[in-house]
Amino acid sequence: MNKLLANAARDDAEIQALMSGVLGEVAPVSRRQFFKLAGLTGGGLVLAFYLGDSQVAVAQTTTDFAPNGFVQVRPNGDIVIFSKCPEIGQGIKTAFGLIIAEELDADWQRVQVKQAAVNPAVYGRQGAGGSTSIPANWDQLRQAGAMARSMLVSAAALEWKISEADCRTQNSQVMSKDGRSISYGDLVTKAAALPLPDVKTLKLKDRSEYQLFGKRYTGVDNRQIVTGQPLFGVDTQLPGMVYASYTKCPAFGGKVVKANLEAIKQLTGVIDAFVVEGTGLATEVLSGVAIIASSTWASFSAKKQLQIEWDETRASKDSWVEFMTQAQALAEKSGKQPLRNLGDVDGALKDSAKQVSAFYSYPYAAHATLEPQNCTAWFHDGRMELWSPTQQADSSLTLLAKVTGLPVDRITLHQTRVGGGFGRRLMNDYACEAALIAREFAKRQNAPVKLTWTREDDFTHDFYRVGGFHSLTGGVDNKGKLTAWRDHFITFTADGEKPVSGGNMDAEEFPALLVPNVTITQSLLNSATPAGPWRAPRSNAIAFAVQCFLHELAVSAKRDHKQFLLDLLGEPRWLTPGNYRSLNTERAAAVIKLATEKAGWGKKLKKGHGLGLAFHFSHAGHVAGVAEVRVDKNKKLKVIRVVMAADVGPIINLSGAETQVQGAVIDALSLMFAQQINLEKGRVQETNFDQYPLLRMPNAPLVEAHFIQSQYNPTGLGEPALPPLAPAIGNAIFAATGERVRTLPLTKSGFSWG
Amino acid sequence: MTTLTVNGSTHQINNLDPATPLLWVLRDHLGLVGAKFGCGIGQCGACTVHLNDAPMRSCLLPLSAAADQKITTIEGLASPDGKLHPLQQAWIEHDVPQCGYCQAGQLMSAAALLKQKKKPTDADIEDAMSGNICRCGTYLRIRAAIHSAAGNSSKIAAVVGCWTPSGVNESCDSTTLASEA
Repeated sequence: MNKLLANAARDDAEIQALMSGVLGEVAPVSRRQFFKLAGLTGGGLVLAFYLGDSQVAVAQTTTDFAPNGFVQVRPNGDIVIFSKCPEIGQGIKTAFGLIIAEELDADWQRVQVKQAAVNPAVYGRQGAGGSTSIPANWDQLRQAGAMARSMLVSAAALEWKISEADCRTQNSQVMSKDGRSISYGDLVTKAAALPLPDVKTLKLKDRSEYQLFGKRYTGVDNRQIVTGQPLFGVDTQLPGMVYASYTKCPAFGGKVVKANLEAIKQLTGVIDAFVVEGTGLATEVLSGVAIIASSTWASFSAKKQLQIEWDETRASKDSWVEFMTQAQALAEKSGKQPLRNLGDVDGALKDSAKQVSAFYSYPYAAHATLEPQNCTAWFHDGRMELWSPTQQADSSLTLLAKVTGLPVDRITLHQTRVGGGFGRRLMNDYACEAALIAREFAKRQNAPVKLTWTREDDFTHDFYRVGGFHSLTGGVDNKGKLTAWRDHFITFTADGEKPVSGGNMDAEEFPALLVPNVTITQSLLNSATPAGPWRAPRSNAIAFAVQCFLHELAVSAKRDHKQFLLDLLGEPRWLTPGNYRSLNTERAAAVIKLATEKAGWGKKLKKGHGLGLAFHFSHAGHVAGVAEVRVDKNKKLKVIRVVMAADVGPIINLSGAETQVQGAVIDALSLMFAQQINLEKGRVQETNFDQYPLLRMPNAPLVEAHFIQSQYNPTGLGEPALPPLAPAIGNAIFAATGERVRTLPLTKSGFSWG
Repeated sequence: MTTLTVNGSTHQINNLDPATPLLWVLRDHLGLVGAKFGCGIGQCGACTVHLNDAPMRSCLLPLSAAADQKITTIEGLASPDGKLHPLQQAWIEHDVPQCGYCQAGQLMSAAALLKQKKKPTDADIEDAMSGNICRCGTYLRIRAAIHSAAGNSSKIAAVVGCWTPSGVNESCDSTTLASEA
């Protein structure tokens, strides 16, 4: 894992930093401690499984065989697999189950996947972000499955008094060359008595040996989801639980001076109301008023009656209109901060046959997870116990310890299913709020406190995808080849020195490594609005500007866009040799060719129809998309069909992979069509879905997902399928109408759904 | 005192403001958390339940209006013997959920549709489902699953596929997961 992190592409660095709770060596854990933490009571051979470390803690069993914190085999043949990372809708619980089951040669019908306890000492990092869950855990999970399999084979070989080499496994059975077979369940007792193999000696499957991967599997929690079982954080129910709301200043950073607490306490169902001073950090707890009530509704109703006097002297004054004005004034010049300077852009532009300049912009955006932020916290007996829908299970612990002042070992965190992540829940402010509110309320009453944000709280206290601006100039030579690239990137800063989270641009951003003459500069606008990663951070916005502008250049040079991109990619190579998370031009070209082939690139279209292509590389994933749109004279837009081609290595669960691509396309279309967070006097103007519309079923296009299952190790798919969509649509609109859209959302240019 | 009949069981509700939305009565007082809170203003549909077999946004429906009516929630969609509703079965077969948070509401809207129209067209489905937001974008599969539960198998077009360098179109012969445009 450490090796992988060292090699991680720079566009993942930020997510890695955010998720850096536990990345190094893990501490040994005692046998008893592991039992307790992993929740495996009642025995079982259990050992803590350390990555790259054969140290183990073993406990004997009389019932189950559980050779590590990931797998348990029961005498009846049932297999329980523990999924360490948060399930946020990316399908990781199913995929992790499959990875372990594949190496174990388990009968998938008998596998049950459970959410693992939050215990970084056993599991290492337990986060979901940056499309890293599969690549970062690929080896660890395969080893976990292989270890269990190896011990079951040893047990069978002993039973039959034959060599292990004469045994093979399939479908939860060990089979001998001479035709005998025995089920895993019948080997449990014998396997549990065996010494643990050294992780280094485990033989992992060759790709040709895979039995489970690449087929379609339904999600392991689907039956519970469709029957309405309590799975999500907000579904937490505990005896004696009370219900909290929390109200912060609508202008970011404002502080409570006073509030009508006494009047609030008189309201029906209200148990208590108090001011929480907070820690002053948006990522932890901002100043606000907590209302504790006998139901969520009583708390929400009382919230509406709150009268709070705010001190806004140090609160945000941000205004989007003002930001636009500042950016436009800067656009003509170069940025003060150089990001990349290669060759001679001015000279190349002078020599170019075609030169194009354009100004692109995109707005702030909210995550709007459908499950609003919430957390249940219970402070009792000097301990804090929390139930939190989080993307950061392990590092939540350290954050909560910091905020509460409690030692980490006095905090227990249960990770629930998460009703949408998209990067929002990489921040755990809501959990910190719940912890401080619960601790304060514990002075009066010993009760679990469920904090639920209203949708309005959620929209107005997000960590937004920041807006941004690109002033671009490019030059194409007389052979139609891109020779010069200049980008003045205008983004936002909180500290005056570096861009905010999710608002930075890599000096190697496509196509910087493919053009001989490149100048990229950066300007920073001061902002006090909290910012954070949004699905495919940075790429989700930059791809629109960069990949549309490349199309503009291709058009100006009268080149076919596909061929223009293929020429730009050039010879097959890794752009950063030795880094398998960098762009590989062969993989890039292959997805472009596949997407265009499947979409019928070049076919004759009806009037008002257009095909648009875009490629983008992010989070180690190579993805291209072709969109077919229809636009009428009233600018009514219909996205008819989107064809996506991705190379993220071998596919674990084909259904999961397809659904991630379909979801990413719809998410990206939803974002680009009508979503904008407007800031005025430091306040977010959009407070609910009526003002921040999400795409609905009638406007969802047909989406095809095609995968090139290349020879490389698998990488994540939650994010990289999103960035190519917006430029593909922008380019298709141009193809259909001749109108170039350079500002998002599309509604700003008068488009509506057709 | 108010009497609520939910999934065939009768509940006496005491000391609650009659204006309390049904959603919160279900979730906080009856422990039925399948219906979800998403927006509180009837925009997202995550809280959809049936009131006398018609889809209702329970976040806006006051307790007083739900009294003495037949209420069905996602917990009551399957048969009492545990046999899943054909839509629930189709949702599993088509692997519809991503995060899953909106799906109870989606299923309740779809179930109300199928009660009215046994063989809905695409337009019927769009009409019935347009009040339900899915933040993860599972719309194609929802549509396919509704057609599947309705027995409209011809409506489920084979539009997804995979491709390998060898050109083998493997794993593409089973279920199809998106519907026609």
